This record gives sequence, structure tokens and C-alpha cells, in this order.
Amino acid sequence: MTHSFLQFDGIEKSFFGVSVLRGISFTVERGQVLGLVGENGAGKSTLMNILGGVLRAEAGTMRLNGNVFKPKNPADAMRHGIAFIHQELNLFANLSVAENLFINDFPQRRWAGFSVIDRRTMRKKASALLATLELDFSPDTIVENLAPGERQMIEIAKALSAAAQIIIFDEPTTSLTARETAKLFALIERLRTAGIAMIYISHALSEVMQLCDRVVVLRDGVVVGTGAKTDFTIDQMITLMVGRKLNQLFPVRTAQPSAEIALAVRDLSQPGIVKDISFTLHKGEVLGVSGLMGSGRTELGRILFGLDPFSQGEIVIHGEKLSAASARQNIQQRINHGLAFLTEDRRTEGLMMEASIADNIALAALPSFLSTGTMIDRTRLQTALTNIAETVQLRSANMQQQRVKQLSGGNQQKAVLAKWLLTAPQIFILDEPTRGIDVGAKYEIYRLINELAERGASVLLISSEIEELIGMCDRLLVMRQGEITDCIGREDFAQERILRGALQTSVPQR
Amino acid sequence: MEEPLQKTKAATWLSDLPSLMRQSQFSQYWVLLLSVVYFLIFASFTPGFAAPENIGNIFANLLPLLVVAIGQTFVLIAGGIDLSVTSIIGLSSVSGALVMSSDGGWLAGKPGAMIVGVMTMLAIGALVGCFNGLAITWLKMPAFIVTLTTMMFFSGLAIWLTKSKTIYNLPSAFNAIGKGSLLVIPNALLVTIALAFVAHILLSRTLHGRWIYAVGHNVKAAQVSGVRVNVTVTLAYVVCGFCAAVAAILYTGRMETGSPVMGQKILLDVIGAAVIGGTSLFGGHGKILWTFFGVLFITLIDNSLNMLGLSYFTIMMVKGGVILLSALLDRLQTK
Repeated sequence: MTHSFLQFDGIEKSFFGVSVLRGISFTVERGQVLGLVGENGAGKSTLMNILGGVLRAEAGTMRLNGNVFKPKNPADAMRHGIAFIHQELNLFANLSVAENLFINDFPQRRWAGFSVIDRRTMRKKASALLATLELDFSPDTIVENLAPGERQMIEIAKALSAAAQIIIFDEPTTSLTARETAKLFALIERLRTAGIAMIYISHALSEVMQLCDRVVVLRDGVVVGTGAKTDFTIDQMITLMVGRKLNQLFPVRTAQPSAEIALAVRDLSQPGIVKDISFTLHKGEVLGVSGLMGSGRTELGRILFGLDPFSQGEIVIHGEKLSAASARQNIQQRINHGLAFLTEDRRTEGLMMEASIADNIALAALPSFLSTGTMIDRTRLQTALTNIAETVQLRSANMQQQRVKQLSGGNQQKAVLAKWLLTAPQIFILDEPTRGIDVGAKYEIYRLINELAERGASVLLISSEIEELIGMCDRLLVMRQGEITDCIGREDFAQERILRGALQTSVPQR
Repeated sequence: MEEPLQKTKAATWLSDLPSLMRQSQFSQYWVLLLSVVYFLIFASFTPGFAAPENIGNIFANLLPLLVVAIGQTFVLIAGGIDLSVTSIIGLSSVSGALVMSSDGGWLAGKPGAMIVGVMTMLAIGALVGCFNGLAITWLKMPAFIVTLTTMMFFSGLAIWLTKSKTIYNLPSAFNAIGKGSLLVIPNALLVTIALAFVAHILLSRTLHGRWIYAVGHNVKAAQVSGVRVNVTVTLAYVVCGFCAAVAAILYTGRMETGSPVMGQKILLDVIGAAVIGGTSLFGGHGKILWTFFGVLFITLIDNSLNMLGLSYFTIMMVKGGVILLSALLDRLQTK
């Protein structure tokens, strides 16, 4: 009986009762590159984490060479020949190439009764390995002196040194130059000839078309398309990836944005981060910013709020110009101008987890609650805190005592919102405001955004959830590699168009 | 089937213990309670421990220590540490003495010598603190290294200034700050109470006080929320240096001499007292009142073991153990 090299059969997985993978079945053969595509949150990472031994499937089986494969942990998966080349590389930048290659298993010898690292053997083995990959640097090179593409090659060499049979690539080209990408593709070709099975995860669909033999499309944890590459076009893949009805509810907003401009950005640039960004944000408008991770959407928010510098262009807030020189690192000035910024990571940048709810909510608006000199008017502050908690419907028995870390994700996010609402913001930058919170809390946050807009404030909504942007925004900017690639009015919203603007299409063609 | 269940129950109870202690009102005062119990037990079998002279002794040692520890509390809450406080005491003491001493002092016998002397002492504390703060915030150097090196430098400077001698013949009005009393209340106590009160208000009621807590809790979140992080951290070190200088005034007055090695042994007592009181070494938590309790406890241990005639080394070991235990408790609570 012939069997596939790697076979997924009915894999199921859920987190906290929410099903993320349902009945996943497909196969990968030796010497084959399988393209795995899908939107953020489609379940690609979860599936690969199951294969890599990080997570366990709740139902279904994986078979490796016909035998049931149940990795107990990542080390176990590695022993069975599975290697994962992560988006963030797992190399020790301060060590040499050879040391990184053998970090798990240093060649050793005895010296005066002690076991010591056999550096000569290590160098020889490392040189041989680098030669097979046609890499032309010394094994003594310190990794931090290598370019991102070269580092990735080291990761692959490391996988091969551990006798990998299956290599998983997760977005391998995002940080590579065109030349490095071409080199990587050539290496993948050689690995294919050597009979290694590969799973290639990427948002760059043209790369997938170029490299892969077969394609699997995931959407909401289900395989919605599978077949040889010749069965698909890029457009068909995109349609499969997004092909769903809007299944979330959004509160209705009746007010229209006014013609008055609250924020204007002209030719904003910072080398390597954003380039020639221009747009206007009107009073009462909800303007969405879409784009993949690393497209510059978060960085744009940080620059606008003064957390990061910019080198060219200008930001005009309520008619007042901020030039590159004057705008740097002055958060207090931005807050006085009516700006507020809800960061994408509430645990590290949004909240003081160990402090009380009251202390957290009060923080940003404290300077406006001073009575005499620098003394805080505690009665006035207390009243304001109670009111704002009411507004965002954050219920707590004792705001002064209860710590923020004891709250649920949704209530923590409401605390961050309350902190900024207390400053009465005119321009509110929200970066992933509904990440990792439940549906009920999401709806309340949407309701608050609408209320803000109706009161004439402007909202810049940065999000990776396209549905959310379509449901909430008046207009939508699409970013890719630091540039705005599309600006779409509400009447033209379509998931396909947004995704097309966000996906990378420039690949070295051969 | 019963046994594993009980085991988990016990385990949860144990891991809940720190948070239980923190949440209950009791946790605020348990160090005070501990001090009182310790005092009562010790007094019951050690004659002379509860005698008025000894209690006076305890307070004489406690007050300057508390003054230094109050400053240290500011820095610890902001998430830093100041190892240079003892060098500030030494430098401040000799500088003041060099200004005021009638035996070759800069302003010997001139009117206002004492005022200028006190101002010099306070200014030196604030300036060293300011230097520490600026090096830590602007140059982004670790607080530990900055204050360790300033400690070495200024201790050395103090000795160099005096050629390793102590300076006598200070104005009696100055000595009265550390030694004299207003009616029956010692002046040192009045100074300490006033300073503690101002420090408490500064920390709990003012914008910059709340900012010190915010910076200690989460620098990034504080910065995003508009807190002027560099100014706030520097301010904490200035307060700390200033407090050390106030302590230098109390010590110098009590001894009636300016000495470059004054207060050199109290560094770990200062940090230890703050930690015993419940101020977190990880920043964000702490109160002046807690620090008072911590100072009270560590002074009691010191004094009682001295009365028992234990050696200096034994006392060091006991104090080290107590501080280690408090730091461990701090780690458990902020986990």
C-alpha cells in the first residue's frame, strides 16, 4: 500500500470553546512544496504549531510515513525531522555561525578528563554544511554581522544539520531583499530535488504561484480549497480566502463626517518605515487603516502621536503645523492638541497591570485635574472617574483597590479607552482596539467609536480585521511596505480590493 | 481519589497567600504589628530594653535612618535604586563643616555662616541626586552602575577634601538641630516628621508623585500616556539626594563634627528598611508610612541584638536574613 509522506486527517482544535481548526485534511509528499495560504487568523499558525509539537490536536490524526505522529513537544517533533523556520529567527546574534548551527548538540571531546567543545570538528562540520548550501561565509562569522537573508540561510542550514525531513517556512521573504529572495528560492529548488518536503506559508500569493506544487487555502479553520497550483489563479485564491458573509454585528451610525479637516498629513516620510504618506481626517469621520503586519500601519500611528520621529513632511492638527523638527517625542503636546493613542499591545504599552483601575484611568488626564499648583483635586478626579467608568460600562466593585490585571481582556481594553476618553480627545488613534477580546466587549467598543464620531471627534482605526474596517469606517486607507496603496470610500468597500492592496505582489520574476 | 484533590487545594492556598496578604487591610500594618510584638517579647526578658534611655536611643538612631529611607523610597517606587546616599551624607557633612567650622571654616565666625552651611549641605545632596538622575535618564545608564560609581567618587572626594580628618567646632545653633529639643520634643523628631509629611503629600497627592508610581509600574505605558519620564525619574533622585543631605544635618549636629565617613554603614539598612516595609524593588509600590514601619523594625532588631551583646557580625547576619525574607516576599507578590 502506498501512503503519503505527511498526512493530516480530520484535525480539530479549539481555544476556550472557540473552534479554530475543523476537519483539516491534506497531504504533503517528499520533494514537494505545499503553499498554505489564508487571512490572519485563518488557522495557519495553529495548524503548524500542532505539526511542530507546540500544540496538541483535539481530534484527528497526523501520519508521518504512514505511522501515527503525535509529537509530545517541539523537541520531539524535531527528532522526527520537522523544522520550523520562524518569521522571527531564533538565532543567537552574539554567537558565531558554527556555534548557532550546533547549539543543541555541540561536538565534544575529552580534555584532561573533562568534556569540552571540539571546536575543530565543529568548524569542519559547519564548513561542509555551508558548502552544500553554497553559502560563502566563514563559520566563525558572528551572526549579528550577517544580513537578514543570510541569517535565514543559517536557520535552514541548522534544520538540515538536524536531518530535517519537513521544513516549514513562515513568511520567509518579508524581511528579504529581492536578491536574497531569489537566493532562497534557488535553495528551495535544491531542497526539493533532495527530496525534502516543504510547507510554505505566505501572504505573497505570486511567490506561492511561483514556488509551490500544490496549494491549500484555509479560511476560518476550514480547508476551502486544495489542489495543484495549475488549478488556481491568484484571483481565485483571494476570493477563496475572503469568501464569507459579514457575520459580525456593527452598531449603526447615523451621523455623517463634516467637511472640516481635523488632521492633515502631507508627504510624511521616515526612511525604512513610511514613505510619502498623505491623507486628511475630517471631523466626525472614522478613517480605517488596513495592511499586513509590518506594512507601517502601527508605525504611522506612533509617528502621528509623537512616539517615533519622522524626517520629512508635515502633520497639521487643527490647522497647527508640526514639522519634522518640532514634532519629535512630545506626547504631552499631542495630548494638549486633543490626540489620543490606544496602542496595539495593551499589556506592555497601554496599562500598568499591577496598578489599580483608578490609577490607570486617571494617568493621561492627570494634568487637567490639578487644583493648587501641582496638587491633584481628588474629589473632582473621583467624580470624573466614576462617570467615565459608567460611559464605557466598566463595572468594578472597587476601582481604587482592584488591579487591572484581574480584569478580563475586554474590560482591560475598556480601561485604556476610559483613560483616553478622560482627556476628551478630538483625534483618537486606535490600533487594533478589539484584539483578543470577546464579541460582547467588541460591540461595546464599536458603539463607543460611533459615539465619539457622532460627537464630532475623528477616529483613525488601524486594524487587521477587514470585516471590522468595513463595518466601522467611512473611508479606508490601505498600506503596503510603508506606503498608502489605495484609498477606498465606503461605497466601494470590498474585501477583495482591500486584500489586493495589502498583499505584496512584487517578486523577482524569472 | 481524595488525596490529589486536597493537594491542589493546599497548593492554591499557598499561591494565593501573597495576594491575600496584599489585599487585606492587615497587610498595610503587619510590619508595625510585628515590631510591636517583637518589642513586647524582647522587653519582657531583657531588663533595660524598655527603659526611657534606651527608647530615646532607639529613636536617635531611627530618625536619620528614616530620613534617608524616605528619599530611597521615592527612587525605589520609580523603579530605580540609589547606592550613593551614604556618600552624599559624608560629602554633605564635611562640606557644611568646612563652611561653618569656627576652626578654619570658610565663613568662620561670620554672621549667617550657619545658614550658608545648611544651604550648602542641602544643595550638595540635591545636586548629586540631580547628576544621578540625569545620567540614568539622558544617558540611559543603569541606576545601579551610576549610583555605585557616584558613591565611590563622592566618598573619595569627601575624604580628599578633609585629608581624612574630622572637623570640629561647629556653631552650636547648628548642633542644636540634631541634638537639642523644643520644650520636650527633640528637634530631630520635628524635622523628620515635617519631612515625612511633605514626602507623603508629594507622593500621594501631587501630579509628579503619581507620575513616579506610573514610571515604576510601566515606563512604556507612562510615556504613551504623556508622563514626562525623564523629568519624573530625575526628580525622584533629587528628592533622594536632598533627604540624604537632611540626614547629614541631623548626624553632623548630633556628633558635633563633620566627618567624611559619616553614615557609611547604613546603606543596606536604608534599602532593607524600605523593602521590609513593603516598597517593591521592582517599582510601582511603596508608601512613606510603610518605610517608617520598616525602619522601626530594623532599628529594633539592631538595638535589641546589641543589648544582648551579640557581635557586629552576628547582627549583620540576622539583618541580612530578614531583608532577604522581605525581598522574597516582594518577589512572590509581584510575580
